[in-house]
Amino acid sequence: MTVIPLLDERAARPADVSPTIDFDVLLAARGLTLPPLSIGTLQVNITKLCNQVCRHCHVDASPKRTEALSRAGVERCVELLRQHPGITTLDITGGAPELHADFEWLVKEARALGRQVLVRHNLTVTFDAHPQSGAAMTHLPAFFAQQGVEVVSSLPYYQEFFTDAQRGNGVFAKSIQGLQQLNALGYGQPGSGLVLNLVSNPVGPYLPADQAGLQADYQKQLFEQFGVVFNQLFTITNMPINRFALHLRKNGQYAAYMDKLLAAFNPQAAQGVMCRSLISVGDDGTLYDCDFNQQLGLAIQTGAGGGAGGGAGTADSIFNFDHAALLARQIRFGSHCLGCTAGAGSSCGGATA
Amino acid sequence: MSNTYYDPADLAKFGQIGQHGKALADEFFKYYGMVTGADGALTKREKALIALAVSHSEKCPYCIDAYTTACLEAGANPAQMMEAVHVAAVMKAGVTLVHSVQMQNKLDQLVM
Repeated sequence: MTVIPLLDERAARPADVSPTIDFDVLLAARGLTLPPLSIGTLQVNITKLCNQVCRHCHVDASPKRTEALSRAGVERCVELLRQHPGITTLDITGGAPELHADFEWLVKEARALGRQVLVRHNLTVTFDAHPQSGAAMTHLPAFFAQQGVEVVSSLPYYQEFFTDAQRGNGVFAKSIQGLQQLNALGYGQPGSGLVLNLVSNPVGPYLPADQAGLQADYQKQLFEQFGVVFNQLFTITNMPINRFALHLRKNGQYAAYMDKLLAAFNPQAAQGVMCRSLISVGDDGTLYDCDFNQQLGLAIQTGAGGGAGGGAGTADSIFNFDHAALLARQIRFGSHCLGCTAGAGSSCGGATA
Repeated sequence: MSNTYYDPADLAKFGQIGQHGKALADEFFKYYGMVTGADGALTKREKALIALAVSHSEKCPYCIDAYTTACLEAGANPAQMMEAVHVAAVMKAGVTLVHSVQMQNKLDQLVM
């Protein structure tokens, strides 16, 4: 398999045919090796249940999904934090993670251990009742503030048009209301210590705008129009997997998007990929290099563990967590990794280059 | 060979214009990159919006495709993009109308 000499190959290939990309070969051709650096963050995808159905969602989350980490799994995550002080951050994602029955217990335990806790909060879950139990979720902002949780929320743009196109009708208005509530509790306010970061990802198959410039626009527009303040904006590239890939294929845009990502490959961004300092946990406890590998079923295979499902050496899990083996592992790359290495780079913390 | 004069797939072949004149093409692409590829006295977004307006006034479908995307990647929104097209449109209209001064001059000369 060969890596693409960009323009020549693209010109010769029919526009609807996807490029053949071996990411490992691409890295080797650029003289890049990307071994793990640390395990600073444990990112737990606690449930695929969500109150929203977003067009770009790589998790395919929705109100119909039921997958959730067991109580034993949640308790094991806390134990891992206790055993490994080097894991300084617990990043809780989903789905809408707040919909998991043990979410609040997990947050409290991790905070009691002094860990930084990030919650990937979609802003609307506060107003929509629990999709399965019907329970109100209006207490969430106060809970976040009380626990000193760092809130990371998606807002694709500072206007309604793009936001509702991606996340559903009415999401922008609800999101603004959610941000105003968080602001009222101190989130995003200077000196409060309560961090509120926003995430912007493109509404279609194109790359994110410059993070610093877009952050300045968001700050100006959101404050002037709605009195909303926040700390940082993270720009994230849409991953060409699952629901977004399906939409791209349906619209005949998949090949062009892969070409775009490949043409924008940035070695500096590649150096900063988040999988080098993070371990992702699935809803059955299986470990992955990142949340994208998780959704593709590409489990970590150090060979040290017995496997989440009990199969010998098949996959590592929170129940056989081997820190040294994980640090020595080979990260599993694929063509989707181009999403994290294009342009200014992309990670759960925004641009990497 | 395409059955139409404009084929969207041809946009990807832009780099091939150097096939029979590489040195000049190389200079062009270098200049192109320097002008459009980074913030200067104008931001990349402002330059993308100008290019989008010119794409319309010059009626270049390749450029409209490319700069619609470039505007979004520079953080512009549809309202800004549409306003840029209106600038192009109003310039076209103004350019047409301002020539009526010449018509008027000629009329003044002819109508005695």
